[in-house]
Amino acid sequence: MYDFESFYKVETVDEAIEALEKQDEAIVISGGSDVLVKIREGKLAGCSLISIHNIPELKGIRLLEDGTISIGAAQTFYEVTNNELVRRYIPILGNAVDQAGGPQLRKVGTIGGNICNGATSADSASTLFILNAQLVLKSKKGVHTIPINEFYLGPGKTIREHNELLTEIRIPRKDYEQFYGHYIKYGKRKAMEIATLGCACGVRLSPDKRKVEEVRLSYGVAAPTPIRCGSIEAWACGKELKKDFVELFGKKALEEVNPRSSWRASKEFRLQLVEELAKRALIQAVTYAGGEIDA
Amino acid sequence: MLKVINIKVNGIDREVAVQEQESLLETLRNRLGLTSVKKGCEVGECGACTVLLNGKAIDSCIYLSLWADGQSVVTVEGLKSENGELNYIQKAFIKEAAVQCGFCTPGLILTAVEIIGDDRIYSREELRKLISGHLCRCTGYENILNAIEKAKGSKING
Repeated sequence: MYDFESFYKVETVDEAIEALEKQDEAIVISGGSDVLVKIREGKLAGCSLISIHNIPELKGIRLLEDGTISIGAAQTFYEVTNNELVRRYIPILGNAVDQAGGPQLRKVGTIGGNICNGATSADSASTLFILNAQLVLKSKKGVHTIPINEFYLGPGKTIREHNELLTEIRIPRKDYEQFYGHYIKYGKRKAMEIATLGCACGVRLSPDKRKVEEVRLSYGVAAPTPIRCGSIEAWACGKELKKDFVELFGKKALEEVNPRSSWRASKEFRLQLVEELAKRALIQAVTYAGGEIDA
Repeated sequence: MLKVINIKVNGIDREVAVQEQESLLETLRNRLGLTSVKKGCEVGECGACTVLLNGKAIDSCIYLSLWADGQSVVTVEGLKSENGELNYIQKAFIKEAAVQCGFCTPGLILTAVEIIGDDRIYSREELRKLISGHLCRCTGYENILNAIEKAKGSKING
């Protein structure tokens, strides 16, 4: 038996919002793979739950008219990975969420829950950062959309108000078209592991595939929240695909991070990972984009 | 407070009264007597409690019974044929000595059912990833992979 005080199951987004308005302390539960474990551990023991499990409105992945890809917040990791649109247009996201937990967990854990729990280690987060994902939050006041890099406030803290529900994650066409990326999760084990460090890097190359037109770099667990590396992205713009560039890219990444020591790994080790994974993810992204270093 | 849910368990429609706080694992074991579903870590790490929910392997320890209302669940008890004979995947596990203490076995067999049920062909590496949600402390996994490959092969080759 789980130790929670009350359980309120809703069938629609509006019902969920209504319930959140009435219950100040209630916690939203979707797939449950995070919330139930926290209840078991005692961290959330005695809480009140509002269950949005399998609400049809929060399901589905759609290509909107303007080319935006819309992902329902309650899509499971498994559903994201195996979706045709994701495979075709944003394979980096499918690969990233295919590294969360283990196979059974990926069939219940949701991408929206992964973001909303506010963990810096979320496997979907760094990839959504480099895809410039837009998060759609709904409340009684209406709907508003914010970029994911404004969503995280601190460990376990997000900008989502208690009475708001994340309904959708949107990735605009301009942010994924001709953009190739790669996510690397470093963990001590391949499965059932929380990232020691996560790194997502994506590139858009010049038509002759010799220069970088745009680079985006993001990390999980390199700071209290997932982060984007703005300065290095500005610096890398227009650079030629040379070995020196890759080396400097790794070095410069170190200037933008602030990892800490934890029982999982020391700060020093994480810094080493920051540099190394930046280079590896960059090289792989360039390869996906059809380019080559020192060609 | 008890609530009534309707679940199809191993092909049979069941009406069960459950607590809100109850996990699917507890309902299957304690109310329906399906003790092949093992209680291991209870936090979704070991895979001993794996069942098929609408054909997909999930950890029943981190799934609330109320969510299973209207859905279909399969446990290892549902694999045997009418005359009580073991399913070919179970037989492959025996033949390949993929079972030692047996605690992880029901869960692994259900994951194997899902893997073998789809029409894709997997490399050994892919299979390793597909069974990575299960902990086995006896076999070292090699015989389990052999059994799954064997059963997959026999299905493809008829």
